[in-house]
Amino acid sequence: MSFLQHDVPLNWYLLLSTVLFSLGVVGFLIKRNLITVFMSIELMLNAVNLSFVAFAYQWHAVKGQIFVFFVMMVAAAEAAVGLAIIIAVFRARNTLAVDRIDLMKL
Amino acid sequence: MHLILFFLFAGFCLAGAINLLWQTHPINSALSLIVVMTSLAVLYLLLGAEFLAIAQIIVYAGAVMVLFTFVVMLLNAGREERTLGSRAAIPIGFPAVVVLLGILATIVLHAQGLAAAHLGVGLTNAKNASNLDVLSQVLFCELLLPFEVTSVLILIAILGAVALARRDEAERTAEK
Repeated sequence: MSFLQHDVPLNWYLLLSTVLFSLGVVGFLIKRNLITVFMSIELMLNAVNLSFVAFAYQWHAVKGQIFVFFVMMVAAAEAAVGLAIIIAVFRARNTLAVDRIDLMKL
Repeated sequence: MHLILFFLFAGFCLAGAINLLWQTHPINSALSLIVVMTSLAVLYLLLGAEFLAIAQIIVYAGAVMVLFTFVVMLLNAGREERTLGSRAAIPIGFPAVVVLLGILATIVLHAQGLAAAHLGVGLTNAKNASNLDVLSQVLFCELLLPFEVTSVLILIAILGAVALARRDEAERTAEK
């Protein structure tokens, strides 16, 4: 990949990752739909992955990329379980609005 | 070349993330999250992580987001309702987000500065093999045990998801 020489400062990748993470936090706080809140968590995970890859590139450390791989696997498992929980909550409460899901007991 | 691609896909990324917040219907948010994830895959490619770029598209943009859209359609999730809004949310929330962004950016850029100072150390294991070669060497030799443990984790997650999502016998007989 000779045409992809490094002429973008690494800082820009890191700034992009922090901005994406902050947008994820905002979404997590302001969204009122359970599924969208969960999507914001995925956005935050992706932002952290981007900074991992950027640092791995700078340090020429392949372990950073492997860490991202593990994060992806765990995120996939988390998405499966989380969405199953959302289905269970919807079945019990018949709503997805987080304001109405305010009891620990289903 | 690199610069143009970076700006293009960083722009897609940010636009997708902002659109995720802007839309009120969950299916639109899910579709814009797919845009974010796909353009992140291109950024991974620019950073020389080909394997992760493909895995990002297959695992995230493929599997995880299909699951999300499937659940949105299964539950017939409608437009979200804005309830219990607080008047303090805007005057406090915006500065809080800016402060959070500032703190994160400072920490990350500081770490990047440290890395730049030590870059001589990092350059010792220069890459002459392809990225995938090195990656699989480390993954399947040094980190084989964590890799296998991950497969057990995913198996448990599948079982948990099935157990959570299926209906009980009592519920089913009550419906009859």
